[in-house]
Formats: sequence, C-alpha cells, structure tokens
Amino acid sequence: MGYVSIADRDHEVEHHDPQTFITKYVWSQDHKVIALQYGGTAILVGLVALVLSAMMRLQLGFPDTFSFINPENYYQFVTMHGMIMVIYLLTALFLGGFGNYLIPLMVGSRDMVFPFLNMLSYWVYLLSVIILMISFFVPGGATGAGWTLYPPQAIMPGTPGTDWGILLMLLSLVVFIVAFTMGGLNYVTTVLQARCRGMTLMRMPLSVWGIFIATILGLLAFPALLVSGIMMLLDKAVHTSFFMPAISSMGADPGYSGGSPVLFQHLFWFFGHPEVYIVALPAFGIVSDVLSTHARKNIFGYRMMVWAIIAIGGLSFVVWAHHMYVSGMNPYFGFFFATTTLIIAVPTALKVYNWVLTLWEGNIHLRVPMLFAIGFIFTFIHGGLTGLFLGNVTIDLPLSDTYFVVAHFHMVMGVSPVLVVFAAIYHWWPKISGRMFNEKLGKWHFWTTFLGTYSIYLPMHYLGFQGVPRRYFAMGNTDFLPASAQDLNAVITISALFVAVAQILFFANIIWSLRKGPKADPNPWDATTLEWQTPDTPPKHGNWGHDLPECHRWAYDYSVPGYEDDFIPQNVPADTAPAGRDHGVEH
Amino acid sequence: MEIGLITLAIMLGSLLGWLLKQSLNTQPWVAAPVEEAAHQAPFNANSRLVALTTFLAVATSFFALILSAYSLRMELGDWIPLTEPQLLWTNTTVLVLASIAFQWTRNAAMRGDEAKLKPGLIVTGLLTSAFLIGQYIAWQQLFASGEFITSNPSNAFFFLLTGIHGLHILGGMYVWSRATLKVFGGAADVRESIQLCTIYWHFLLLVWLVLFGLLLST
Repeated sequence: MGYVSIADRDHEVEHHDPQTFITKYVWSQDHKVIALQYGGTAILVGLVALVLSAMMRLQLGFPDTFSFINPENYYQFVTMHGMIMVIYLLTALFLGGFGNYLIPLMVGSRDMVFPFLNMLSYWVYLLSVIILMISFFVPGGATGAGWTLYPPQAIMPGTPGTDWGILLMLLSLVVFIVAFTMGGLNYVTTVLQARCRGMTLMRMPLSVWGIFIATILGLLAFPALLVSGIMMLLDKAVHTSFFMPAISSMGADPGYSGGSPVLFQHLFWFFGHPEVYIVALPAFGIVSDVLSTHARKNIFGYRMMVWAIIAIGGLSFVVWAHHMYVSGMNPYFGFFFATTTLIIAVPTALKVYNWVLTLWEGNIHLRVPMLFAIGFIFTFIHGGLTGLFLGNVTIDLPLSDTYFVVAHFHMVMGVSPVLVVFAAIYHWWPKISGRMFNEKLGKWHFWTTFLGTYSIYLPMHYLGFQGVPRRYFAMGNTDFLPASAQDLNAVITISALFVAVAQILFFANIIWSLRKGPKADPNPWDATTLEWQTPDTPPKHGNWGHDLPECHRWAYDYSVPGYEDDFIPQNVPADTAPAGRDHGVEH
Repeated sequence: MEIGLITLAIMLGSLLGWLLKQSLNTQPWVAAPVEEAAHQAPFNANSRLVALTTFLAVATSFFALILSAYSLRMELGDWIPLTEPQLLWTNTTVLVLASIAFQWTRNAAMRGDEAKLKPGLIVTGLLTSAFLIGQYIAWQQLFASGEFITSNPSNAFFFLLTGIHGLHILGGMYVWSRATLKVFGGAADVRESIQLCTIYWHFLLLVWLVLFGLLLST
C-alpha cells in the first residue's frame, strides 16, 4: 500500500469549517491559534521574569538604595527569574509556540494529528503558569531556593517560601510536564505521520528537525524532573527522606534521616542538561533556515547539520554531572563528564562552521531577521567558548559559583536563544499577521539589544575572574574585591535597564505593524519552504485550501543556476525547474 | 543512574538506527518526482500507535529514573528492606490474567468475532479492578503492621512505585471504559482502540513484573 498521510484523507477538509469566535480564538484546535496562545502567554510571563531581573540588578548595582528589595525578596526574584525564563518562556515558546506554528505548515499538513490534545496542552500549560503566578501571593511568597531547588535548603525554614511557595512551584512543574507531554506527543506524531506527499525526512527544513529532536529530548528528560519533583513533594508534605539528610532546624528535629541531596542533583541535572538543548536545538534549526533564506544560498552541509542535531541530542544525556563538579562526587566521574562535555563541542562547532560557510559568498540581505540570526552566531560562539573553560574540572572549581558562570550561561542560553526568538518572530511575522513590520524600528531594536546585552555580560566575565560570587544579596566586607567591582556592577545595572526598556521597540513595532503596517506579500523573503506557499496569508484554518501541497525538492534551492528566480519553492515539480543543485554543475 | 542511562541508551539507539536508515544514502539536494520520494515515507503504522509508542517511551524513561533513584538511595546506610505482603503474589497473578484476557479479546476483535468482545472487555475490567483493590489491601496490611511511608526509605519507595504504577493503570481504565462504552453502544470499528489498550496493558504488566522483581530481591 502506498503512503497516505493522515492529512491527505478527504474527510479532514470538512473538519476545518469556519467556527464561532469562541471556538476560533479561545477553545481553538487550530495549531496556528494555539501557537499564538502559547507564544503570547510565554512572552507575557517572560516579561514578569524580565522585571524580576531588573529588580535584582537594581539591588546589585545600587545596594542599600531600594527599601522594597530585601534579602528574602532578592532570592525569590533570582529563583523565579531563572525558572520562568528556562521553562515557562523558552521551552514553551520554542516548542509550544514555534513548534505548533511551524511543524504543520512546514511539513505540509493541515494541522497537528491530534488537535484536541493540542488544545488541551495549551490550557494545561496556562494552568501551570497560573499556579506559578499564584505562588507570588501566598503567605511567605514564592520559593527562593534558586531555580535548581536543591534540597535540603529548598524545603527547610530559613529559605523564603518554604511554606507554600515550594509546594506551588513543584506542583506547577508537574502540571507543566503534563502539558509538555501532551504537546510533545503531537509534535512527534505529526512529524512522523502527517508529512505531505514527497516530504521525506531528509527534505524537512532544519527548523523542523531541531524542534523534532528537541521534543524527543524533552519527552525523555522531563520525566527526571517529574521524578525529582514528586519525591521532593513527598519529602516536603509527608516527611519522607528521599533527599533529606538527618538535619536539625533551629534547634528542632524535623524528623528527616539518611536522604541524599546529591541524589536530587543527579536527577535534576539529568533533566537539566538536556533542557539546555531542548531550548538550543530549535534555535539551531530556526537560525539555519533564516540564514539560508536571507543569504540566498543553500545551507552548507545539510546532512551534517541534521546528524549534528541528532548527535547533540544523544550526547546531551551523558554530560549532566558537569553541573556538579563541586558537589563532592567521585573525581573520576568529573574526568568522565569533562570528556563527554568536550566531545559535544564537536558537533556544535560543526554547526557553527556550517552557518558561517553558508554566509560565505552568499548574497547577504541584512534585513532584521538576518541581523538577529548573525547576532546569534556571535553570542553563541562567545558563550560556547566559555563553556569549554567551565567544562574542565580544574578550571571550573575556582570559577564555580562566580559571575563567570552567570555570564556563560546567559550568553549561551539566555541571549542566544532570545536573539533567535526575535529572528524567528521578525522572519515569520508577515506570514503570521499578514502585515510587514517597520524595518527601521526593527534595526534599532536589534542594535540596542545586541550591543546592550554585550555590555551586560562581558563585564560579568571579568567580575567572575575577580571572584565575585553569584547569588549574593550584598557583598559585605570582601577584601579581595577592588572597589571598582562595585562601579562595574552599577554599569551592568544601567545596561540591563537600558536593554529591558529597549524591548519596548519590539512591542511598539508589533502594534505599529498591526495598525499601520503595509500588507505583506505572501512570500516577502522569496523563501522556499512550504509555509510561504499557502494560498492565504495569514493561512486559514486547514492551511492549504482544497489541495495539499506536494513536495518535490529540499528546502534550500536558492540561487540554482539556470533558473530565472533565485529560489525554487519546495512544491515546484522537478520537470518544470532545474532538478536541484546538481543541475549544470560539473563534478 | 546506570538503569536510567541504559534504558535511555536502548531507546535512543533504536531511534538513531531508524533515523540513520532514513537518512543515509539520500541526496536531499536532488529534486525528484513525487512518486519516487513518496516511497521513502515513514512506516505505515497509524498515528495513534505512533503516539502510544512515544508515550510508552516517556513512561519507560519515568520508571527507569525512579529505579535509578531507588538503586542509589538503597546504598545509603539507613535502608531496611521491606517484607512485601504475600498478597502481592495474588495481585501479580490477577494482572497477568488481565493481560491474557485483553489479548484474547484483541484476537477476537481482529478476527471480527464480535460476540466475544463484550465478555472479554468485562472480564478484563473486573480482573484489572481486582488488581487495584488488591494493591490497596496490600497497603492496608502494611499500615496495620505499622509500616508507613515515612518509616524507612524502602517503604517510601514501595508506596511511591506501587502508587505510580496504580495511577497508570487507572489511566488505562479510563481508556478501557471508553472502549467498552463504544462496544456497548454498538460502534462499528473498535479494533484499533482494543489493540492499543492491549499494548498498554502488556506494557504495564511488564513494568509491574520488573518492579515486583526488584522489590522482592531487595
């Protein structure tokens, strides 16, 4: 029997009738609306985390100035900022937002395979966000245990939010994992089952590859967080001793004995390290497509790019303990994990070379999405190189828990993915909204963000070398720090506030575009991938009108010799256009 | 963490093998007519089966990681092995019977022997409920002899593992009840639902056998 994709069956068409306002925009089962719901919620909650980081910077830059920031608040800001940014913003935005929007459109499907489950995934995600936000307002406030939630301090008195905050935090994570699993099952099944005719795996755009492999990582790694979350909930609520050692608290015996905090760290980082790549792989994929489109050149080494994504995904499961060099574990483990950590640099470097080689001799158009994508190459190389330092045990030990670590992971996991988020939003905005954005405002947004983040994080590397410890509310009397360290902190704070305020340019651009933006061409960047070939812009429910597209070629036929346009969309048959890159090229 | 790592390595390895088979020896940059490309499309299995398989991978990862934590925690000094209630042997037998009953029902459904569907589903449901009730009674027996969740880490893991396994069975019972309602409502094609339920039942039986073996041996 020939291959017939789910979305190919006729009855699917009838499911996509126009509906009432509620079913169209609220209880929607359309992957594009769900993507916008996911994305909007993630960006909103991300703004909360942005405000929290501004509060932290105010305290660090100008200690003893602001009466509304006390040590308890500060730790709550640190914790919630980290947790929101990593899980509720980046994971939700890349997979729930871009995954939902791009997968069906890019593989030529009408929708996700299970639209109802998809809708449920969003609403459960929203519930987890609401639980998280409630934790700010319960007695004792949100948890201040740090985003890693290490026991015993996460649940012992003395840490902020050990009454209700930590319970709601763990509950919210459990609910988030349920939501993610529902979404993830959909993404995997859609990629495997609902690709249009001719869309072989190796013809998929790299965005889909990145999202696909990241989803698999998430599905296999989030259970580790679920296990540790459930066990910690039991430790907190019914006083089991999974993680809690014998401990006395303020003269009293809380009744714990024999548990292992390091066990929690193992479970947490078994999730925590793949999580880095759950965020990074979709970013890798998206940036590849943006670079290729705006450089009018095929991506360099497509197959290598795919295998690098797969290799990074596999390796990401065997590097977790490089987060634990100072936990007191066996030093030989440290040696093993340093080795695996450095090995993962190989496929990652391969990707970076291929991005740069894609640009080489390309016809580069420095439009806003391209600026953000190239900015990503800079920040990612920067953060990646400091990762080589921290991956080595002997260099990590003195740098552990300093601002060098903060600078490293913000460059590689904060700034880099966020630049890709912006690249992706600017790139697909004409398709999402049907309107163009303001090019000038976008360029201002890029340069202020790009240069601003450098002025935040470059000095932090230096502070780290000086030995400034992270997580401290105030430095107190520390002889080893020169007085100028505080001046530098003030500069960093001013930069951080500047970058935070500069994001208004982005929201202003969105509002300007929705109200006054010129109508977008269906394919304003002359891109090849299927989402630009939809009959309507923005695409209607069902995406493709009456007939599904057929895929005849890969996603990177740019500047093919002998063809009048400098791009050939994936749905152009092989006999009406050159048969790919090989045409007319001597071997 | 060895258990978790080995399990994941097996799952990722099989995925990797499949992906390599799809992607080796292809020349993606060559445009080809649609028929040619269509033959390289994925397996024809239906989407629900793909989703179920993916979910089973998630659940496998989940249980493997709890077992990893179990083996790490066990090595710390305060572990006192728990003497499991003898009732668990009966429960295990009941769960095996439930799986057999579901398989029998599935075979009947595949043959189109619709008369056997109703009794098959009912018997499966009764046996599975009996397993859950048996597990609950086993808990009560432990409580009665003073073994609570906080008494020792081995107790905590016992209640955690049996509880989570029971929750998975409850989730299965929800899907079973929908399939059963469909059959009693006279729905035309329930083969797929019954087929998928059977796979899930066998999976949970396998998980239980691993858990039970581990609980007994430690």
